[in-house]
Amino acid sequence: MNETKARSDDMNVLLNGLWKENPVFVQVLGMCPTLAITNSVKNALAMGLSVIFVLVMSNALVAMVRKIVPKQVRIATYILIIATFVTMVDYIIKAVSIPLYKALGAFIALIVVNCIILGRAEAFASKNTVWKSILDGFGMGIGFTFALLCLGSVRELLGSGTLLGVNVLGSSFEPWVIFLLPSGGFLTLGAWLLLFGFWRERKMRIKADKEATS
Amino acid sequence: MSQTSLLFIFIDSFIINNIVLMVFLGICPFLGVSGKLDTAFRMGVAVIFVLLVSSSMTYGLNLLLIKWHAEYLRIISYIVVIAATVQLVEMFIKKSSPGLFRALGIYLPLITTNCCVLGVAMFQTFREYNFAQSMVFSLGSGMGFTLALVIMAGIREQLNLADVPSIAKGTGIALMVAGILSMAFMGFAGLGTL
Repeated sequence: MNETKARSDDMNVLLNGLWKENPVFVQVLGMCPTLAITNSVKNALAMGLSVIFVLVMSNALVAMVRKIVPKQVRIATYILIIATFVTMVDYIIKAVSIPLYKALGAFIALIVVNCIILGRAEAFASKNTVWKSILDGFGMGIGFTFALLCLGSVRELLGSGTLLGVNVLGSSFEPWVIFLLPSGGFLTLGAWLLLFGFWRERKMRIKADKEATS
Repeated sequence: MSQTSLLFIFIDSFIINNIVLMVFLGICPFLGVSGKLDTAFRMGVAVIFVLLVSSSMTYGLNLLLIKWHAEYLRIISYIVVIAATVQLVEMFIKKSSPGLFRALGIYLPLITTNCCVLGVAMFQTFREYNFAQSMVFSLGSGMGFTLALVIMAGIREQLNLADVPSIAKGTGIALMVAGILSMAFMGFAGLGTL
């Protein structure tokens, strides 16, 4: 009995970041990389994986040292921990693929100031066990990647007619270049937010209707 | 105009490649603080100030790192220097003009996590600007940030009176407006080639 409860607790922590508290669509955090590098699915995936890695590792380390670090210097400590892992990611990507490194550019370094990571360190990892923090980091990271893929797929599909570099819409399709440009990023994210807003309102309306009839 | 002339760098960072609308740095304060014209302007001025101080510091720091062959420390040392700069600026303003300090309030410490400060420091390192170019670049970027923030705040003050559909209220409509603003700034694209 107790074990199943613990397991469903873990599941909740994991799913929380994925949907209920999705960092991009619900909390509207980490906007800069979300908009800047999502002009193709490949870039979005690379950024998502880097953020998952940094989030899980920094959450784990922050949770480990949470009882040693004095309150006054905790933010500085978190930033140093995060910066260390970001430097690792920076060098890993440089080693794996130079074109990818060029495409992501300064935005890898900017993961340091991505508010999602510092936010989770402060709001979750500094108060919870190592295992829970790893789960939370993983869930939030997946949620972030999911949002990046939502944006990246729409922008790549409409902006160049391809998905992951494979031509999908046929040669007769005239690409909507605006979606690859910065304004396309704003408009696509705005449209996704409208869609989720519409969905949430409809759900609430159905619930209200049900209560009224019963 | 030459790519490296000071005037080109200034115009390029100020309007052509506006740091908020074209490069997507500093979106969080852009969406968060742009509710009121007055606070938006103050935030912009604080960012210009921090940018100028921190980018001159990181310029010197980068020279040291290259001399000691310790480039792998770049991200860590930059973020520490920026945090220290913001703290220093905060103490300086508190001592020299308490009025301005009260007006800036919470926005001052928040600049540490404003990605445009670290972004500008990274860009000037990647593009290998010299000291004068770095200064002009950070001044232009800061002014571009202020410009975008002030325009956005002006529009949002009007939006408060408009009849916005309930699903679009808040971030949704702000992003749509930003998209259209960004499209308008694309009109400046040819300016640098004259």
